[in-house]
Amino acid sequence: MFSVIQFPGSLDDRDMRFAFDSVLKASARLVWHKEPELPPETRAVVLPGGFSYGDYLRCGAMAQYSPVMAAVKRFAEAGGPVLGVCNGFQVLCESGLLPGALLRNQDLHFGCDFVNLRVERVMSLFTARAAAAQVLRIPIKNGEGAYFAAPDDLARLEANGQVALRYCDENGVVDGASNPNGSLANIAGITNERGNVMGLMPHPEHAIEAAVGGTDGLFLLGSLVDAVRETESAR
Amino acid sequence: MNAREEEPVVDLALAREHGLSDEEYQRIVEILGRTPSFPELGIFSVMWSEHCSYKSSKKYLKTFPTQGACVIHGPGENAGVVYIGDGLAAVFKIESHNHPSFIAPKQGAATGVGGILRDVFTMGARPVANLNSLRLGPLDQPLHQYLLAGVVEGVGSYGNAVGVATIGGETQFHACYAGNILVNAFSLGIVEIDKIFLARASGVGNPVMYVGSKTGRDGIHGASLLASAEFDAETEAKLPTVQVGDPFTEKCLIEACLELMETDAVVGIQDMGAAGLTCSSFEMASLSGTGIALDLDAVPQRETGMVPYELLLSESQERMLLVARAGREEEIAEIFRRWDLDVAVVGRVTDDGRMRIQWKGETVVDIPVDPVAKSSPELDRPVAVPADLGERQKLDLASVAPEEDFEAALCELLGSPNLGSKEWIYRQYDQFVQGDTLIRPGGDAALIRVRDRNGEPTAKGLAMSLDCNPRWCWLDPRMGAMAAVAEAARNVACTGARPLALTNCLNFGNPERPEIMWEFAEATRGISEAAIALDTPVVSGNVSFYNETSGRAIFPTPTIGVVGLLEN
Repeated sequence: MFSVIQFPGSLDDRDMRFAFDSVLKASARLVWHKEPELPPETRAVVLPGGFSYGDYLRCGAMAQYSPVMAAVKRFAEAGGPVLGVCNGFQVLCESGLLPGALLRNQDLHFGCDFVNLRVERVMSLFTARAAAAQVLRIPIKNGEGAYFAAPDDLARLEANGQVALRYCDENGVVDGASNPNGSLANIAGITNERGNVMGLMPHPEHAIEAAVGGTDGLFLLGSLVDAVRETESAR
Repeated sequence: MNAREEEPVVDLALAREHGLSDEEYQRIVEILGRTPSFPELGIFSVMWSEHCSYKSSKKYLKTFPTQGACVIHGPGENAGVVYIGDGLAAVFKIESHNHPSFIAPKQGAATGVGGILRDVFTMGARPVANLNSLRLGPLDQPLHQYLLAGVVEGVGSYGNAVGVATIGGETQFHACYAGNILVNAFSLGIVEIDKIFLARASGVGNPVMYVGSKTGRDGIHGASLLASAEFDAETEAKLPTVQVGDPFTEKCLIEACLELMETDAVVGIQDMGAAGLTCSSFEMASLSGTGIALDLDAVPQRETGMVPYELLLSESQERMLLVARAGREEEIAEIFRRWDLDVAVVGRVTDDGRMRIQWKGETVVDIPVDPVAKSSPELDRPVAVPADLGERQKLDLASVAPEEDFEAALCELLGSPNLGSKEWIYRQYDQFVQGDTLIRPGGDAALIRVRDRNGEPTAKGLAMSLDCNPRWCWLDPRMGAMAAVAEAARNVACTGARPLALTNCLNFGNPERPEIMWEFAEATRGISEAAIALDTPVVSGNVSFYNETSGRAIFPTPTIGVVGLLEN
């Protein structure tokens, strides 16, 4: 089962549940942020987009202290897959499950549009359905989406192959013009060193149906569903 | 010391300061049989303000066609409700937040969005789409660059943080808005028809509950002094009447209210918008023919030392008043506490048709409900054709020099802010949340997919568009208003949807000037004629008068919002 964490101020929580539950036919449930434990049948955790606690402080700074986050950390440390999208990515950075931080967009405005993402690495958990260097077209919407990491952290991310997705043009060329928010090295999504925690700013859950946003998001969310199904059938 | 001892003496001079006319003050004294107390004077001044009472416009609004096969609730409720099949209804309305947005663009626009959202979810509907209509002065003026940036940031900061997609609207720049911008916010929600909630306070003995944010001193007289008077050189001093929005609390309030509405514990519910606690309690009691006994000490307060006048007139945002079934209080409180929202029983429904308000054991307000809410003044203001109408309509084509450089002319047109792309604006709005946006901003009308009661997509879509051509309305208000209805309906039809009904936001100058009232009368006539011709009844709306600065009015701007249904 997919546990989608619902913080106060989460906005894409129901959309994320819809993506897993109705579109990908993998059972998903909303888990209230005050729960001290994840439901025992949890096989993956998803932190959705939104403005948790209003994000009046640094984005995600409050949500990291929600009771459920201690359980999410234990789940991640035990190797369980954790995906954070947009605000969820910010929460993962704030809680130390991922390195770096998300800063105010370079143009100082909230930005909503489609972006092109180049798949930097095919990883069993999060990008297995995609091919290396494949270009995905997925919506993005945030005010604080500029990925930043200290030089040492950035070097480690690159050396370990932890950069999963980069902003690019429709041909897969990664350049300044295709960077929507001033992210370092056009980074759109990263994983932790172990590869079981991923954060990304764009919203794959808004690209799951042909009529609404296209279906490129399924390359990412579907990969996670496949991985969870594999471990479940191996049990 | 008793804080009430510091209250000013109520007399005609104080009533005038509150924007009441001499005749209105006389009527108040007659109704009460005595001089009103200070909080009572405050109540009358807001309830009888142009903004809350529609006293200048009522006569004309009554003439709108409001009936139709699809109409479940028309004007008079928080928003219009239209049947869209399969047990579902669309709930929508447009409302102005013009004056606050001129004084404080970000907060003014943000709270405009917050207010219209509450009108929609008060009725039990989940808000699914927002639109807005913005009119400002020329963009080459730094003031209007600042106002546009602030308004767009305000609309975005609120809509984006409550999780409702902003998917359409219109923007126009013209010198007539240089001293008085227009910010009209539209919201649409979807509700199951057996779960529609109204502003009712029935069932004697039922508890009156306050939920949401605490009450502070913000926005006092926002409705009466800010929205019901024109601007002048002293406008900046009205800044304290602007409210401050908190979209995070609104989001929690939406979820908590919708959760509550899944139960049968609620009798009626109303948001505290203009004139806050006063307006909401009077409206609910008046619509049910009951009375309410309120205890102000039970009202959750953000500041210490607040007096009855402030508690009753505060326009603090993100607050709702509801009447519950007796005995269900704890169940309701549990839901709001889970969302970390304030909740308190602040009164009871009574059978005496009076509003009795207690504070520190003392009765501070005791007035009959109906004369305040229902028998508010209805004016028949003088109407006169503007003296310069002939001049307005005159154009000597010979005075227009033939274009010599067509390429340059085309580039100038395309580069003008009125015709150019509005992407800079709408890219600051979340257009994807809730996952149902079929047509994004930039086209003729916005289109969303409708979900069923289980949250699964249906084949149905709802199209919506906001339109007005104010220059046309200035030249001929009747024809211009008709054209606005027709344009909005055409835009909706372009998506394949059948126009169902309309909402309007009537932005005009000072109604005390006969030529403004003429424009208003003509425009409302035009809307009615077009609404009948297209079978799109008027189901909700809002009037904004006094859109002028130092005697210079805006173009008459009746913004029309049409909603249509796409069956598959």
